[in-house]
Amino acid sequence: MKYADGRIPRRRDIPRPPIGHLRYTFFTLLDRLSLTNIKILDVNRPSISNLLVRLRPVAFITLFLTIWQFAISRHPVHLLPTPVEVVGGIGDLVQHGLLLKYVVASLFRVTWGYVLAVVLAIPLGLAIGWSRRAEMAFNPLIQILRPISPLAWIPIAILWFGVGDLAAIFLIFLGCFLPLLLTAINAVQSIPAVYINAGRNFGLGSVELVYRVLYPAVVPQLIVGLRITLGIAWLVVVAAEMIAVNSGLGFLIVDARNAGNRYDLVVAGMVLIGIIGLLLDMGIRSLEKVKSFRWSYSED
Amino acid sequence: MLPLMKPFVTPAALATKLRVEHVNMVFNRDGDSTHVLNDINLEVGDGEFVCLLGPSGCGKSTLLSTMAGFLSPTGGDIRIDGEVVRGPDPRRIFVFQERGVFPWLTVEGNIGFGLFKLPRAERERRIAYYVKMVGLEGFEKTYPPELSGGMKQRLEVARALAVNPDMLFLDEPFGALDSITRLIMRGELLRIWEAERKTIIFVTHDIDEAVQLADRVVVMSARPATIQQIVTIDVPHPRDISSPHYLELRDGIFKQIGLAHKL
Amino acid sequence: MKSLAEPKRWERYFWPTLVSALLLVLWHYCVIWTNTRIFPSPLDVERGMAELLRENILWSDIADSLRRVAIGFGGAVILGVPLGLLFGWYPPVNQVVNPTMQILRPISPIAWIPVSIIFFGVGDSPAIFLIFLGAFFPIVVACVDGVSNVPSVSRRAGRNFGLAPWQLLAKVVFPAALPQIIVGLRIALGIAWLVVVAAEMIAVDSGLGYLVIDSRNSGKRYDLVVAAMLLIGVIGLTLDLGFRRLEKIKSVRWGFRNES
Repeated sequence: MKYADGRIPRRRDIPRPPIGHLRYTFFTLLDRLSLTNIKILDVNRPSISNLLVRLRPVAFITLFLTIWQFAISRHPVHLLPTPVEVVGGIGDLVQHGLLLKYVVASLFRVTWGYVLAVVLAIPLGLAIGWSRRAEMAFNPLIQILRPISPLAWIPIAILWFGVGDLAAIFLIFLGCFLPLLLTAINAVQSIPAVYINAGRNFGLGSVELVYRVLYPAVVPQLIVGLRITLGIAWLVVVAAEMIAVNSGLGFLIVDARNAGNRYDLVVAGMVLIGIIGLLLDMGIRSLEKVKSFRWSYSED
Repeated sequence: MLPLMKPFVTPAALATKLRVEHVNMVFNRDGDSTHVLNDINLEVGDGEFVCLLGPSGCGKSTLLSTMAGFLSPTGGDIRIDGEVVRGPDPRRIFVFQERGVFPWLTVEGNIGFGLFKLPRAERERRIAYYVKMVGLEGFEKTYPPELSGGMKQRLEVARALAVNPDMLFLDEPFGALDSITRLIMRGELLRIWEAERKTIIFVTHDIDEAVQLADRVVVMSARPATIQQIVTIDVPHPRDISSPHYLELRDGIFKQIGLAHKL
Repeated sequence: MKSLAEPKRWERYFWPTLVSALLLVLWHYCVIWTNTRIFPSPLDVERGMAELLRENILWSDIADSLRRVAIGFGGAVILGVPLGLLFGWYPPVNQVVNPTMQILRPISPIAWIPVSIIFFGVGDSPAIFLIFLGAFFPIVVACVDGVSNVPSVSRRAGRNFGLAPWQLLAKVVFPAALPQIIVGLRIALGIAWLVVVAAEMIAVDSGLGYLVIDSRNSGKRYDLVVAAMLLIGVIGLTLDLGFRRLEKIKSVRWGFRNES
């Protein structure tokens, strides 16, 4: 950065723009769209400073863990593990080969339940959203079913599917189906009429209208819905496993506690759930970055 | 419709209200730097009506924001009444386009917004006065989403005036309005200016608007913006927009900007 | 706009009634055709509902569930809104804390039960803590987003009129963010309702969730199970609709698109 006459200003000459605040806000918005792009940085500052800024959250977590460790070592709370013990617990799981087994079990159920919900809910939702009458017809039903936690379906799930994978998949499917349905309905209803009219104007028949106008127009909203619903699926699978099945990360938590109060494994399980959930979320956010979907995110 | 005004006074006879000296503005974003303003020098007298005129995106809004204190110039400085401008101040209110109005407050609430330091009776008196002045009687308890564009703009001007500032900065305030409302609003603005005689700096890309309203028109070039020309409009108000002198000045500006006046 | 003709007013009641009636009939006949002895038919459910309404247990269960939601959700609002506003107002603070929140957020509140029991013992408190957890994160996120989305025009105007930073927050940023915060609160309430039912299925001995599980465990009373589920749905919907009323208040209404 230079003055207009070419001089390089000294550090204290650099004016702090009053819009620095706004710039922070702007970059926070960017941060929201992609976790890996944390840019709360003043670009006037040299880059060692930027690195430190990036490390701040890590420092925060480390601080928290240290406090936790010391607090428990000094005053052992009955059964609550220290971070070190938690890591040991994870090591334990790896050693016994259980870690991979449980993670795979949970992911397997999520995948099946989620994909099933996507395949059924989205076309159905698009169809219902397209027709005002259909939306009127199904809306009360949807609104009554929506506040019912998937877990409340457990007795019925066990009745129909027994205790096991199918019941869990059914619960995940239930948890994902309605939100996706609503997202699809909403997405179709918020297509600006001008797009449809332009399509009809150019002589597109119904089928062409669907895949050349409707589908591209709804995709951005659908992707957001997909991301949120994946998060829901992950929450449901863990809860379902705590109640209704015999493997998976949720089961790990319940089992570790029941069979010997292994709270180090309990917390280890929780940490793993958090990390994998986060990875799933980041994975699907990268879909949002695919160029052809980005048109509706352009107003940053 | 453009009201009768006091005789026109040349700028040299007025005390300097605002002085812009060698102002430069460079924006840095993600490593790219954009040179927006290049060595701007300007003096504005007390009570003058000055227009900044230029094509869209040339930096006139940036200059206005800098004058109002929302941005800091990369180089040079801006003084109002002799003091360097360091930030926004209630003595110089910025009027945005109608979207600057607060949608969660009624008309009364908006106008009274800056008056929080006053005792209640005084505040209500002022609100009533300015509601009347901008012609929004009967809408005191209405919320902005129910007002038309022109009414919202008047509301914003009333809000600005209620705190009795020395200067008003207006950034294309009539841009979102239809052209008939625009003409009406220009008249309103001049009427208010006559009554209160604030120093006004007005940004526009509409040549006719500039020539109809301002005492002086500052013609700015495209980015990086410099001042190409300052045209003094010495036509007394009310301005006859078909008088030869008016047309001469207007055509001069057209030529300056490089546009032919035949389509 | 998409159908060929605009639906008439009576159709708003006709179609849902028709479809719901058809579904009930279908349900009824499925039960008959499959000769199941366990799964209830709509009539069984209706009888079960009447039975529940007669006995006092139902009302105390509903009261328990609502009470837990009230305390947990209330706590989440009291803690979450100020924190969320703070994080939105100071983005560096948000940047530091956000990754931690992103790791904690995917952990289902139900997974917190063992830890929660350590801290809170048994009874209502762990359940309330779960509800708090479930509602907390959406509220904070909504507040942060609300604050970030305040248009810079409003902030500038506020500063222009000489507002000190805390005044700016209270008089400009908060009202401007309020519509989004209210939407976040409504969503969080929905989540709280889901969590309370789930928590009651595992960790406590009363409430609608417990009713669901208990009806099955003590006697396979699936008619009561389904009746309880319907009640859960209806009450949850009522909470949601009640909250939407808030969105109609004039000083907030500007933030919501006009729905036809």
